[in-house]
Amino acid sequence: MKGLSVSKAVTALMLAGLVLLPLYSYLSGNIFILTLFTRIVILALAAASLNLIMGFGGMMSFGHAAYLGIGGYAVGMLAQEGVGSGFIQFPVALAASAVYALVIGALSLRTRGVYFIMITLAFAQMAYYVASGLARYGGDDGLTVYNRSDFSGLVNLSNRTQFYYLCLACLFGVIFLVWRIVNSRFGLVVQGLRSNEQRMQAIGFPAKRYQLACFVISGTMCGLAGALLANNTDFVSPAVMYWTRSGDLMVMVILGGMGTLFGPVMGAVVYLLLEEFLSQITEYWALIMGPLLLLIVLFGRGGIMGLLGRVGRG
Amino acid sequence: MAEPLLRVEKLVRRFGGIVATDHVSLDVAAGELHAIIGPNGAGKTTLISQLTGHLDPHSGSVTLAGRDITYLPAYRRCALGLARSFQITSLLLDFTAADNVALAAQAHAGTSFRFFANARKEKGLRDAAHAALDRVGLAHRADVVASKLSHGERRELELAVALASKPKLLLLDEPMAGLGVTESQRMVKLLQELRKEVSIVLVEHDMPAVFALADRISVLVYGRLIASGDPASIRANEDVKRAYLGDQHVVTHHG
Repeated sequence: MKGLSVSKAVTALMLAGLVLLPLYSYLSGNIFILTLFTRIVILALAAASLNLIMGFGGMMSFGHAAYLGIGGYAVGMLAQEGVGSGFIQFPVALAASAVYALVIGALSLRTRGVYFIMITLAFAQMAYYVASGLARYGGDDGLTVYNRSDFSGLVNLSNRTQFYYLCLACLFGVIFLVWRIVNSRFGLVVQGLRSNEQRMQAIGFPAKRYQLACFVISGTMCGLAGALLANNTDFVSPAVMYWTRSGDLMVMVILGGMGTLFGPVMGAVVYLLLEEFLSQITEYWALIMGPLLLLIVLFGRGGIMGLLGRVGRG
Repeated sequence: MAEPLLRVEKLVRRFGGIVATDHVSLDVAAGELHAIIGPNGAGKTTLISQLTGHLDPHSGSVTLAGRDITYLPAYRRCALGLARSFQITSLLLDFTAADNVALAAQAHAGTSFRFFANARKEKGLRDAAHAALDRVGLAHRADVVASKLSHGERRELELAVALASKPKLLLLDEPMAGLGVTESQRMVKLLQELRKEVSIVLVEHDMPAVFALADRISVLVYGRLIASGDPASIRANEDVKRAYLGDQHVVTHHG
């Protein structure tokens, strides 16, 4: 076999592209592409966190966008109340996401399969309606974040390039963590539970506490994406928690390749670029996007990563 | 007699109007290989499920080494030294043979809430896994994914997984199920070796194997225990012949 497989080569190329993007943006004077890719990187982070429970843990959460909202509202609400420091906003965003995940997870993990999907969806919709009811924080209309999180000169979030690299560093950090976790004792147990829960119980592992811990880690990571997203758009609204956004994240994970390290990043890049370019061609872009996704899911089992893997072997 | 390793007292389990386990009492001494036989539908698997904690009894008790485990969940019983194999092979099919066994060892070697260090590089776990695989003759297949193993190899892997938890008592639910003649013979030889190290409760249909292996045999018919004793007395027991063997005379043929 070749030392460098096709999927590894494509992944390396993609990562190099992400790292060098600001340089291209600077040289070409194309500012828009940097804004677009900042959003892609943030949603890739969210997809990577979902992949931890969905791809590695076998827990099909259909309410992952809730954390985008919780992280975002933590930043927005604190900013509105005059707390502008990122050193406070970000930890609060992560902690709030962790607590939400703990409560939702403890309740949802009593169920399995379709019921788990439905109950995580139901909780996310509840979060959506709670946010819509927050009159003090804009309710339905959302909340404008007038000042981005202030990291006292350490990194300036209002500088496009610095902000982009902050998001990219967070993405790489999360992927590094996921990599360590899935190969750790804990990660093997979680993947074992995905594979055969009965067997894992019989060799002495209580399923729920491991799955719950994994659920909380994943939610916390996604809360980070939420805090970054609010800074990116200078705005947070209930819409970021809507169920279609949770669906988008699932599609990114499945498209890129569930249970692979870089699949979610690949999925996010491809999905969001397709959406961007197709919507420029026609307002009926979803008509092209739908069949495209279907084809990849039907013929590319294991998503893009699976496809590339087979090309590498073929 | 010293305290038995496993004591089952007046265990009752009903399914609707059917009494699947009807006041079953039996003792398994340390070091013993105790076989449970009975025709299809006798309630063997129901009984085993109550021993492993996958099913709660309606009354009665199960005691392991003096400790009441009647209502403990399966994973707690495993920690107390009770390991099982499944009638229908139950493995982590997308994990390698070594990973399957190493996870069982990991369950009994400190906390698994370790998030950072690579578990596949823990020498203690890998050594334990290879020792257990070697024990069942699968060492050369350690890095093969379980789904790629033959049926016979999977049965052996089940045993290795059970052994890796260093159990006091092994519950084997039809380990010969679906095995060919040579594979069965290998399994009997293997069990003959293992019984020197660990007490075993064996549920099995393969009569020659049962009579070759067991110290004691309990016969279950319609949920009730109709006889319990050494192979010779079971072979001579008229109730057993009538209720269980019918016209087959398998037992009388043997030996």
